Amino acid sequence: MAAPKPRVKVPKTASAGEVITIKTLISHNMESGQRKDKDGNPIPRQIINKFTCEFNGQKVFECDLDPAISANPFFEFSAKVNESGTFKFTWVDDDGSVYSSENQIEVK
Amino acid sequence: MKLTRRHALGLSAGAIAFAATGLRAVPASASVEDTEKRIMEFTGGKAPESGKITLDAPEIAENGNTVPVSVSVESAMSGDDLVESVMILAEGNPNPAVATFHFTALSGAATATTRMRLAKTQNVIAVARMKDGSVFMDKKEVKVTIGGCGG
Repeated sequence: MAAPKPRVKVPKTASAGEVITIKTLISHNMESGQRKDKDGNPIPRQIINKFTCEFNGQKVFECDLDPAISANPFFEFSAKVNESGTFKFTWVDDDGSVYSSENQIEVK
Repeated sequence: MKLTRRHALGLSAGAIAFAATGLRAVPASASVEDTEKRIMEFTGGKAPESGKITLDAPEIAENGNTVPVSVSVESAMSGDDLVESVMILAEGNPNPAVATFHFTALSGAATATTRMRLAKTQNVIAVARMKDGSVFMDKKEVKVTIGGCGG
C-alpha cells in the first residue's frame, strides 16, 4: 500500500468565535481483518484506529475508529476558532505509524 | 467460501470482504446482544432516552462499503451543556462498533460525519453521552442493496 496521504480542508480565514467546518480524508485500505486472501487465509486487520484534531495544542475533536469505517476514512466536523493559529490533524495506524497534517487559519 | 470467477471479476476487493463477512456463521442475535452490552458499557448502565440526538443515514444504501452517516446533538457546547462522546453502532455487522466521536468545548457544535461499512440491512444506532451524565439515543434502519454477494 502506498503511504497514506492526508487531505484536509480548512477555511483560510474566519471571524473570531466562528464555528467552521473541517473536512478530512486520508488514503488508507482500512483492512478490516474479516477478509480472506485467495488461499482462504484471513488477512490481518490493519486500520487507522485513532484520529485527532488539535488547535494550538488544545484538543478539538477526536475519534476512535473501528473496522466498520470505510476505506479512505473521511471526517467532517466543526471547530470554534477564537484566535489565529494552527490546526494539527493526526491519524494513528494499527502498526504504530502516525500520519499528520497541519493547517493555518487567520482570524480577522 | 468459494468465490466464482464472476464474483472475483464483478466485485471490488471490498465487496468480497463483505461476502466473506456476510457468510460467516455469526447469529444475528449475538450481535444485537453485543450492541446492547456496548451501549450499557458506554452509558454506565443507564438506559438512553430519546431526543436531542439526530442520526442521519440514507434509507437505502446501494453500496454497503461506504455509507455516509452523520450525527448531531443539540447542545450549547459550553459550560455544563456539553456533549462528551457519541458512539455509533451497527447491530448487523460482525463487530457492531463503528466509531466513537469525542467532542470538546472547542468543537463549537456536536456534529460529525463519516462513512461506514454495513454488511447487510440493519439498524444503525447512535448514543450520546453528555457531560452531566445523561444519555440519548437515536436509531435508524438502513437497507443495504449490495452488502456482499447480492446481499
